[in-house]
Amino acid sequence: MQALTNRSKVVSNKKLSFLERLYIPAILGGLKITLGHFFKKKVTLKYPEVKREFAPVYRGMHVLKRDEEGRENCTACGLCAVACPAEAITMEAAERMEGEEGLYREEKYAAKYEINMLRCIYCGLCEEACPKDAIYLTDRLVPSEYTREGFVYGKDLLVEKMDDRIDVSERKKKTFK
Amino acid sequence: MLVLNTFANWNWVLITDKLILIGILFAVALGIAAYSTLAERKIAAFMQDRIGPDRAGFFGILQPIVDGVKSIMKEEIIPGRAHKFLFILGPCIFMTVALMTYAIIPWGKDLFINGKPFSLQLADLNVGILYSFAIVSLGVYGIMIGGWASNNKFSLLGAVRASTQMISYELAMGLSLIPIVMMASSLSLRDITEAQAGWNWNIFYQPLAFIIFFTCALAECNRTPFDLAETESELIGGYHTEYSSMKLALFLFGEYVNVFVSATIISILFLGGYHFPGMENLGLSPNWLSIVSICTLFAKIFFMIFVFMWIRWTIPRFRYDQLMKLGWQIFIPLCILNILATGLVMTLFTR
Repeated sequence: MQALTNRSKVVSNKKLSFLERLYIPAILGGLKITLGHFFKKKVTLKYPEVKREFAPVYRGMHVLKRDEEGRENCTACGLCAVACPAEAITMEAAERMEGEEGLYREEKYAAKYEINMLRCIYCGLCEEACPKDAIYLTDRLVPSEYTREGFVYGKDLLVEKMDDRIDVSERKKKTFK
Repeated sequence: MLVLNTFANWNWVLITDKLILIGILFAVALGIAAYSTLAERKIAAFMQDRIGPDRAGFFGILQPIVDGVKSIMKEEIIPGRAHKFLFILGPCIFMTVALMTYAIIPWGKDLFINGKPFSLQLADLNVGILYSFAIVSLGVYGIMIGGWASNNKFSLLGAVRASTQMISYELAMGLSLIPIVMMASSLSLRDITEAQAGWNWNIFYQPLAFIIFFTCALAECNRTPFDLAETESELIGGYHTEYSSMKLALFLFGEYVNVFVSATIISILFLGGYHFPGMENLGLSPNWLSIVSICTLFAKIFFMIFVFMWIRWTIPRFRYDQLMKLGWQIFIPLCILNILATGLVMTLFTR
């Protein structure tokens, strides 16, 4: 078989030489390696002060986007729920009433929208399925909770706040759609 | 009346001197052992490209205190079927014995206070080495009793392993020192130190003895690569499986005291003790010379402690049969050969 790299070594059963059986050269070699690592740059990040940067395509906690005027994009079409392989998404649709034009972009909206973060596998199929530019996965992490019920995120946690908009422009560029 | 007379005849100056020295040594030994735990974690971290504990104070400097407080606050559990008295006695013996060796260590040249010499050695025993061996081998009682009293098969296995290992390596350890005793013609640690003034360190004359003694010291301290008594993957911690809270801390802490003792003894026997070349030519006053000599000894000790930890994070654990083979079939014959060779060289060249 042709070798793919030049790193492979032929295994042999030859007897150890006297120097190898002494074991001391091997120990010294090991000590040299560990001492080399002693002075190497450390890979640890001091977490709360320094945070590791996520890749632009990182798939973390979801966000339900609003448009520029602050209206919710989601029309509760249910495509995300259908696409979800883990069946983590449930929703209830409602019709937009007179006077709610500033709140919802189209005539139908999600009255209830829940993602079970314990079921979710963060595959990103929901954002691929979404025809309305409404749901995105972000680089935020889902914090820990004391109860299972706490992981069922409703609209209060998913819809972005107007004073704390979440930028997904990078993500739109990097993903394939 | 007899009792009073005996009291009156005691040399109170000597006793107070020694008591002060004991107090200082006790604090120093425990302090160094405490900071060895931090050093161990830091060195382990650095060798694995990590940072290690750094949250408690700058560079994690308060970590040992935090650990100590935590150990004290933890719940103490004595297993239901354990032998209560022996269960408590185990860690006590281990710790006490670990601290007893300090009595014979010459820490430096004499200090002069008001013109009177103040010896920096608790007792200059003329059988110093024998004493240290006797004490160190007592340490296995703490492990054995603790492991047996736990009434747990893993603890017992760990204890049995510890005692067989200690007994096996005690032999090679003792034999490896005989050439040094021959060269210094004395068993007293101070005489051996004095014989190594200048560059006459024993490590240059007896490298083989140094390697054997060092390896045996690792085995006596139950440290990797010879930590078969407390293998967490096979024996769930070995002899201290059932221990919790401060009693566990005493066992773990005692191990570091032992490391300090071993590093001290190695520094004294092989690395020239408190001597360094050119010490007499510095032209310092006796007191300053004494302080410099103490610092020298401690620099050597810290270096040896570092080597202990360095080895721990480099070499994987030995298998049990390899351990026994190394002790009985390799080290003991080598030691005997070394004794013969030393004797031969001494007769041929010094007379």
